[in-house]
Amino acid sequence: MNLADLKVGQQGTITQVVGDDTLALRLMEMGLIEGEVVRLLGKAPMGEPLEFAYRSSRLSLRKLEATRVEIELLKDST
Amino acid sequence: MVSPDPTSSTPGNKSQRASLRVALIGNPNTGKSTIFSALCGVPTRIGNYPGVTVEKKIGTYKDNQGEVQIIDLPGTYSLAARTLDEQVSVDVLLGRQADVPSLDAVIVVADATNLDRNLYLFSQVRDLGLPTILVLNMWDRIAQESIEIDLEMLKKRLSTPIITTAAARKVGIETLRLAIRQVTDCAKPEIFSPLPAVLHEQSQQLKDWMASKGVQDTPLPWIERLVLDCGNQGLEIFAKKHNLPELSAKIEAVRETLASQNCRVPTVETRVRYQWIRETLTDVVRRPLHERLTWSDRIDKVVTHRWWGLILFAAVMFVVFQAIYRWAEPGMLLIESVQGFVGDSISSMLPPGMLRSLLVDGIVAGVGSVVVFLPQILLLFLFIGVLEDCGYMARAAFVMDKLMTRLGLSGKSFVPLMSSFACAVPGIMATRTIENRTERFVTILVAPLMSCSARLPVYLLLIGTFIPSTTWLGGWIGLQGLTLLFMQSLGAMIAVPIAFILRKTFFKGEMPPFVMELPPYKWPSLNVIFHRVWERGLAFVTRAGTLIFCTSVIVWAASYFPADRTQIHELEANREGLQAELAALPAIEETSDESVRSQIALLDSQISALASEEMVLGGEAIEKSFLGYAGHAIEPVVKPLGWDWKIGVGVIASFPAREVIIATMGTIYSLGGEVSEEDEGLRDALNHAAWPDGKPVYNIPVALSIMVFFALCAQCAATIMTIQRETNSWKWAAFTFVYMTTLAYIGAWIAYAIAGNFV
Repeated sequence: MNLADLKVGQQGTITQVVGDDTLALRLMEMGLIEGEVVRLLGKAPMGEPLEFAYRSSRLSLRKLEATRVEIELLKDST
Repeated sequence: MVSPDPTSSTPGNKSQRASLRVALIGNPNTGKSTIFSALCGVPTRIGNYPGVTVEKKIGTYKDNQGEVQIIDLPGTYSLAARTLDEQVSVDVLLGRQADVPSLDAVIVVADATNLDRNLYLFSQVRDLGLPTILVLNMWDRIAQESIEIDLEMLKKRLSTPIITTAAARKVGIETLRLAIRQVTDCAKPEIFSPLPAVLHEQSQQLKDWMASKGVQDTPLPWIERLVLDCGNQGLEIFAKKHNLPELSAKIEAVRETLASQNCRVPTVETRVRYQWIRETLTDVVRRPLHERLTWSDRIDKVVTHRWWGLILFAAVMFVVFQAIYRWAEPGMLLIESVQGFVGDSISSMLPPGMLRSLLVDGIVAGVGSVVVFLPQILLLFLFIGVLEDCGYMARAAFVMDKLMTRLGLSGKSFVPLMSSFACAVPGIMATRTIENRTERFVTILVAPLMSCSARLPVYLLLIGTFIPSTTWLGGWIGLQGLTLLFMQSLGAMIAVPIAFILRKTFFKGEMPPFVMELPPYKWPSLNVIFHRVWERGLAFVTRAGTLIFCTSVIVWAASYFPADRTQIHELEANREGLQAELAALPAIEETSDESVRSQIALLDSQISALASEEMVLGGEAIEKSFLGYAGHAIEPVVKPLGWDWKIGVGVIASFPAREVIIATMGTIYSLGGEVSEEDEGLRDALNHAAWPDGKPVYNIPVALSIMVFFALCAQCAATIMTIQRETNSWKWAAFTFVYMTTLAYIGAWIAYAIAGNFV
């Protein structure tokens, strides 16, 4: 599963960022790296982009970019 | 804190030099600009680095030991460079940028509430080996968000001086100044990079190989960045310049060696550095166990809400444009009366003639009619500054992204396009933040359609003169404000199909990726906003003082010559003599003496007879001027738009810079004698302008047709040149000019035709 599969309020732990192109590098530079816990905070009015929260960062990605970040769903996340 | 090493440190050397040079770098939204203005105030120099499109901003301040120069580098999340623009920061930091001498220290500004991500850039900068200071800004928010940071432990682990600041309230700035002195007096710190040893070894081998080829003095950290940054455009240029055609292959070989040791480029850098950050921050940063929603998140729930978000966005835009109209009025009245006073003073000192005409009708009327819009322009920049600084601009991009993707653009194009509402030149330059070429070019090509502040004077003049000031809801909503809103958004609405067509024709391709930080909301820093408004205001006034000044003089000359005006000046002198006589007499209401009353009545009728004779002659003279000939020549072209030859002339004269039309009209009507003594200015002149048959030239359809033309036309030499520079092609500059001018003509024609049916 990846970040785009999260429902609002759910959290997941990053397992890997797929690829080694510019986009993957940018995502990793922004701190989306293995082990980080990411929560889907909300969606823009028209359903996209998505707003993610991890540590103190708030990052917005479209669904297409979010699919590049693979995660494991945290069960107890609300 | 790095302790001074008595053997290698050379304190004293640097204090003998003229000034210290310190670079300022940091992630976006960390308050870097606030620190810059708290340290230096207004920048002493703003320009561009040669050959690239990165802004070079330098400020200075003095302390008890002398001058300190602060070089503000662009906000960035990483030093990894792909484009030449991104390479500039690394080059400046390592003293390899030709026009910036080597640095004495570097300050990394970090958001104290988001150390994890901010330390990434810090760790890259520190690897470059310069004396480094880490500034933890927004320190006051640490307590608010119940975060605990063990500063002593962090200092020890980073072996770097750390200064905590709350720059918006100027807390910690003096300490930072002291730290700059201390750190530059110390020895260079040892580099202890978290990057794997194999990278350093391989880079050293590259360095040795380069030295064997005669390329000495390439700093090791610079070579390491070359290895780490895949697809760096700078590599090719460097290889060519130093005649090292094998360099590319060598670097590729190094990357393969790294990959074989489980250090694949480019992922190795992020992996290793974030690993290091986690270790460094263990037991240093403690956050509340249950991450609660910050107040920033709560605001976001509303601002990015499905309905409220859109409503709020529309409301913000509405308030901004209404306020520009209503709040600027006192300032404009003040400027208008100053202009009137200056004109009158000159008139009273000089006899009627060419010189007086040049000064009063050319320069004062021309420049004054543009400067009068300064209050509104300052207000617009104030609003843009506040929205940007408080964090709303990023939300606007977030909310608008989906809509923009339909056009093949992204929310990232939103900010450059939004800035183009102030001026397309910085807007087009702001597209540098868009990595993707396709998206960037389409944004550049539609940016000049956004209603820039130079269009504002045209709208304001015509709306204020011809659109009825009907208001509803107790004066909160006005027809004039609504018309202004429509004119301001027209270009943006037209940009939608244009962008769509461009993406389907010249710029086909997939959607580029979208990664954007949403910074926490904060109170906007008055200091930063003040400086932004100041810079823009200054630029506008400079423009008014140079370009518009010159155009005013040229337009004055073109409309003054070659007609013979001696007769007009004689009439003028006579009239003024009579007026002086009249002024010496008491007012007609204050006297009962019949002889005085009849004298006043006689003078009055003589004056108005002279004035109307002047007006007729003035009108004839301007028709026989160079400008008049040009205007009559193009009249058939502009007639379908409802324009007379004077408007045509104004439009021709305003192709270099659109706001010139106001000055041109001011000059034409003033020279044409149509601004009579009682009239306060251009507004009245326009109201009185008439076709030869006495029908007024201006009515609502004509005003709308002119405004639509200005909304869509590419009347700005600076924009066209910026497009040429940013796209590095005359083709796209010419394309923009042609498509916009065509669009403007068609749009103005449609507006005139439609409005003519209703009004």
